[in-house]
Amino acid sequence: MIELSHITKIYRMGGVDITVLADVSLKVQPGELIAIMGPSGSGKSTIMNMLGCLDRPTSGSYRFEGREINAMTDDELASIRNVKIGFVFQTFNLLPRFTALKNVEVPLIYSGVPARLRKERAMPLLEQVGLAERMHHKPTELSGGQQQRVAIARALVNHPMLLLADEPTGNLDSRSGEEILNMLVGLNQQGVTVIIVTHDQNVAARCNRVISVKDGQIINDQVRV
Amino acid sequence: MNFIETFRVAFEAIVSNKVRSGLTMLGVIIGVMAVILLVSIGQGAQVYITKELTGMGTNLLVITPGKTSTRGGFHPPSAGTVRKLTYDDSQALRRRAWLLTDAVPLVFGTGKLKYQNMGRDVMIIGTTPEFQRVRNLFIDTGSYIAQSDVDSKAKVIVLGTKVKEELFGTENALGKVVILSDARYRVVGVMRKKGTSMGMDIDDIVYVPVTSGQELFDTDSLFEIIASTPRAEDVDNAIVQIKDVLIKRHAHKEDFTIQTQGAMLETMNTILGVLTAVLGGIAGISLLVGGIGIMNIMLVSVRERTREIGIRKALGARNKDILAQFMIEAITLSGAGGVIGIILGVGLALLIPVFVDVLPTSVSLWSIMMAFFFSAAVGIFFGVYPARKAALQDPIQALRYE
Repeated sequence: MIELSHITKIYRMGGVDITVLADVSLKVQPGELIAIMGPSGSGKSTIMNMLGCLDRPTSGSYRFEGREINAMTDDELASIRNVKIGFVFQTFNLLPRFTALKNVEVPLIYSGVPARLRKERAMPLLEQVGLAERMHHKPTELSGGQQQRVAIARALVNHPMLLLADEPTGNLDSRSGEEILNMLVGLNQQGVTVIIVTHDQNVAARCNRVISVKDGQIINDQVRV
Repeated sequence: MNFIETFRVAFEAIVSNKVRSGLTMLGVIIGVMAVILLVSIGQGAQVYITKELTGMGTNLLVITPGKTSTRGGFHPPSAGTVRKLTYDDSQALRRRAWLLTDAVPLVFGTGKLKYQNMGRDVMIIGTTPEFQRVRNLFIDTGSYIAQSDVDSKAKVIVLGTKVKEELFGTENALGKVVILSDARYRVVGVMRKKGTSMGMDIDDIVYVPVTSGQELFDTDSLFEIIASTPRAEDVDNAIVQIKDVLIKRHAHKEDFTIQTQGAMLETMNTILGVLTAVLGGIAGISLLVGGIGIMNIMLVSVRERTREIGIRKALGARNKDILAQFMIEAITLSGAGGVIGIILGVGLALLIPVFVDVLPTSVSLWSIMMAFFFSAAVGIFFGVYPARKAALQDPIQALRYE
């Protein structure tokens, strides 16, 4: 489904080139549950951005469902992010002025779904993540765990094939973190490909494939049976 | 992303920051208000002048001594070697220029008018009976100057209402003798109240026979001859006749100037038009400043919402979606400011004449349209830069922004 081959990413900062990723190759099959681990600055977030079509590689090739990302326009990438990929962030990244329901509707706005239909699609997802009662609350009125559940509902609203979670439990207490993790594992069991970037060994332990990154390179790629 | 949705997002952003949005709009409101107000004051003056000039009597021609090459405007009384216009010239015009209904000789000046121990400075017009007709003046009591008074250089005087009231109060003025610049005059009439015209208080004028006036001012010349034609179409032919008569009498030299009321109107309108444009232009500058205010606030807004932009992009917003969001926000700000400014500007323009009667205003549709489209254009122009800045943000950088 996803294929990174010989990806290099170089940032220019103050006239100095910094190699963030060096010759990374990676294949992801549909339905996988993957943890990407590594110390901070190792390049795992850059891999995540790359997979999420938020960033383009300096060199190498990234094929998403067989299509070369480097050859796509910004608008085409936006459309892939909108329809094929769901994002869950460490800091939730909800829009503060909008209610939970409105936040879940945002990706549908950009896929041109009419207002009434948006509501019809967003509400069941909020019920599914257990927030039926909190639908009309703004993010500031929700706990961290609840906010992250809104974020998951938002990530799922366009039925993506790939769910990218960047330290999804990083800002949560262990109980909420456990709930969120269960939710992600549950989604994977329903067939969604899930990739989680994490520091947490416990999170990694739940995944059936663990990729370790260090200094911009994959040092270990282990599949558990 | 459809238009209504984009508009709703922009509207929510504006409403969520009421004070700031309000202050930003204030710049545009004041600008638009100023444009409408100043333009309507300028146009009001134009309408007023047109009304006043037509109110003086229609189809007027004014003949002044001395030849000027420019059209219209005001001319100083003749100077130097120029032949004077005389009372006989006006009589000749009356006899021979048959297209004219009137040819009224005129001298004017100021003098001191005394009655018993009361005295005041007045404006004196020396003229003939027809003056009443060409200027639409009416007598209240007594009678106006008669042709016999002119012929006999009679020392008779007709008073404006204001002069009469100040010197005589409620006392009957008819038949009383007043002193006008050391000469004794008998009051034969009092004018009906007329008010001000072109900044001159008509009720503060006294009238004497033109011949007595010439004696009073120690001159044998006229200041001007006012002629009138029955119809506006006759004006051009009348000019030809006047020239024909006067040139023959003036040793075959055209040493006089004929101004038509149309030309005077045109001149005044040109001056006032320029004035209106200048006023509008100054107001336009304030609108421009308001536009810069919008750009400033939009730049702050874009910076403040960097993270929001990042989130939206991660969720699938295209660059043009973000561009549209911020453009519509800027246009809504300036458009709403424009509408409020129009309401206030028109309201004030209609209210001013109620309280200040020397400032007539005239609100025109085109000034409203212009102000509105200009304010919308300001929104577009000053919204583009901030909106582009927002749209071209790198999503990763934007998401990391604190």
